[in-house]
Amino acid sequence: MSQLIEESPAATGALAELITRATKLYEDLEFKTVRDWKSAEPSRRAIGFLPVYAPREVIHAAGALPVGIMGGGDQIEIVRGDSYFQSYICHLPRSVIELAVSGRLDAMEGFIFPSICDVIRNLSGMFKLLLKDRWVHYLDLPQNFDRAMGGKFYRHELATIANGVTALTGIEVTDERLRASIALYNENRRALADLQALRAQRPWLVPATEYYLLQRASYLLPPEQHTAMLRDYMRLSSQSARAPQDNIRVMVRGAFCEQPPLGLLRTLERAGCYLVDDDFVLGARFIPEPLPEQGDPWEALIDGFLYRSLPTASKYDLHADKEAEIVRRAREVRADGVLLIAPSFCDPALLDQPMLARALEAAGIPYTSFKYAEDTGQFQVIREQAGTFADAIKLWGNA
Amino acid sequence: MSTAIKDLSQDRQKRMIAGHYAELSHAKESGRKVVYTFVPGNLTELLNNLGLLPVLPEINALQSGMRGKTGDYIHIAEKAGHSEDVCTYVKADIGMLKSGNLGPTGEPLPKPDLLLLSYTGCFTFLKWFELLKREYDCPVVMLHVPYQGDGRITEQMRRYVADQLRDEVIPALEKLAGRKLDYAKLRQQLALSAQAESDLVWVLESAKHKPSPIDAYFGGVYYIGPIFTSFRGTQDAVDYYQLLREEVEQRIREGLGPVTPEGTMHEEKYRIVVEGPPNWTSFREFWRMFYGEGAVVVASSYTKVGGLYDRGFRHNPDQPLETLADYCMGCYTNLNLPDRINLLEKYINEYAADGFLINSVKSCNSFSAGQLLILRELEKRTGRSGGFIESDLVDPRYFSAANIKNRLESYFQMVEAKRARS
Repeated sequence: MSQLIEESPAATGALAELITRATKLYEDLEFKTVRDWKSAEPSRRAIGFLPVYAPREVIHAAGALPVGIMGGGDQIEIVRGDSYFQSYICHLPRSVIELAVSGRLDAMEGFIFPSICDVIRNLSGMFKLLLKDRWVHYLDLPQNFDRAMGGKFYRHELATIANGVTALTGIEVTDERLRASIALYNENRRALADLQALRAQRPWLVPATEYYLLQRASYLLPPEQHTAMLRDYMRLSSQSARAPQDNIRVMVRGAFCEQPPLGLLRTLERAGCYLVDDDFVLGARFIPEPLPEQGDPWEALIDGFLYRSLPTASKYDLHADKEAEIVRRAREVRADGVLLIAPSFCDPALLDQPMLARALEAAGIPYTSFKYAEDTGQFQVIREQAGTFADAIKLWGNA
Repeated sequence: MSTAIKDLSQDRQKRMIAGHYAELSHAKESGRKVVYTFVPGNLTELLNNLGLLPVLPEINALQSGMRGKTGDYIHIAEKAGHSEDVCTYVKADIGMLKSGNLGPTGEPLPKPDLLLLSYTGCFTFLKWFELLKREYDCPVVMLHVPYQGDGRITEQMRRYVADQLRDEVIPALEKLAGRKLDYAKLRQQLALSAQAESDLVWVLESAKHKPSPIDAYFGGVYYIGPIFTSFRGTQDAVDYYQLLREEVEQRIREGLGPVTPEGTMHEEKYRIVVEGPPNWTSFREFWRMFYGEGAVVVASSYTKVGGLYDRGFRHNPDQPLETLADYCMGCYTNLNLPDRINLLEKYINEYAADGFLINSVKSCNSFSAGQLLILRELEKRTGRSGGFIESDLVDPRYFSAANIKNRLESYFQMVEAKRARS
């Protein structure tokens, strides 16, 4: 755990403490943070949600803590999880089942499974069978992006979530409460956007591992605590003596669900890549812009999902141009190249890749691709590949 | 085994399907517009009503698989950058496209004028048409079919699908066809759908007899052919299912077992329920592993992917859009996992099965994710033996005949042993 700090001489004092705290949150697969939060008030409830996106404002407004479940990474031994899945299913559901059957998810009274792929979808049914005493909801996010059609359907979905959580907390989601939650999450959105901007401008101040840990912290902490953490981090990091290195600037796409292990991020940086944009922990900033805090708060959430959410492989908005968007974003963050990464056996990410690769190629943006699993332990091949990619760009301007 | 004699229904079906492909091959000359769409949640009545010709890419992929073409097609797609991890239907389709898009009859399939993306029960469909959109540069119309996450169809879900049909799908199809949907005709079509569905259910449920007159998996995939593809809502389909029913009635009267590629199966030793799609590249060999052991499949989930009719649903001519919505949402892979288990449990009991078998295919997460839990639950609930084999839809690299045969033989021995004990 202290490895991160030892490797960053500039990260001292308060900054080191903050990173230590974020690391502890990342490693908290017993969800002690959630249990502690709940123990402060016996009526408190917690709701887990799977990748990519769940409307945390609704859960929060119903008086519960939204908790992101991102699998077990490389930190837990899979004892029983493997016996539930064939070898050709991705790794995330194995560790999620492991967390569930080992009792680690007992801190949560309910779970939301957003509609992103067939595996997460079927996992919702497995939870219904395995955790019969819990509230389990499959969140069918609309693939119709017309307000009168998909928006109307999504409103019912939001109401179902509100009712489901209210049944656990006894707190009704009034418009007033929802507006207050939106305002809190808006503060968080602003802080996340500022952090992203800082990272894109001066990536040496925001190493990829630290950026990642801060994103993950948003999946455990109440929003106001997380916002304060982000603000503290930006202040402390900006005051640090961290110096720029001769790294290329890369953007990462394809890691919106199963997460790469921390060691992989560290490997990419060591191989000479500054990560200036990515889709890790995407749900934390899926709607990057603040939502309206006046008027109908349900409409604000609907509008946010339909028209302001980020593109990702699990969405197919017929009116969006994902090829143009990846090129636009790469240019906006001044990426020298793009890493198209994907978890093994991840249909959405892997089926997306040829489309994204073709767009990058047409735009003359260098890219390379590789697969990983959340428990990948060997990084040498990836280090060589990323190092070669970085060297080629440094030497010749392309890979 | 007696010598294989083709049933009249089989001949009729072949003619129907060949006729459809002939129409497709002349679509451009005849001015017919072509719509690519998928089997689960298909909207055949709407397409036929407007004179549009459907192409079903999964059917092309499985037919290519049966003709031994998919190994090469998949290789071509992988060379073009598609991962070895993903659905082989998609890769077979992309490979076929890049090899001249030759259909099952050997003639080129027409390009789509529209992609009708109804992705019932399968997210990969969504990505598949995203990819095809890039290849064909034609319009896409989306029908988002909500999943039965809570095990039921709510009024909001029904309204959402019906609204999309009325305000988006039908206008897009009408624009393509250059004419308005004829609602009076649609009602007639839906009445014909219901008629054929009733006969199909009768045929599938005939497997409750002992011996079963049909094989509801290997034979079943032929029986569902017309209604799952381009013929639902037509008189042709009604006639086909009537004929099929008459043939099955005759088999019951004569006490005959199912028809196999090598003739009638005489001794029914094992009655099995199967979950999951078949392997297509070695379909005959796979089937032989069953009938060679005297095993007949009395019920299967795969024959419900394009419509689940044996729980009572029939298309209702009085509510055309709502009934199409219910149909889409009711397809097998749109059921949540607990309901899939309930259905299989019901099959095991009602069809007096000796056991159940899961054919887990690498390509299809929609089916496969959760199947090991299905196995445990069904064993626990029914006390019947469960077997588990792994293969793929159309990737010949994932069909290990010796391994599967060994497993099946062991499984049938297990069923035998359990039967002897009880």
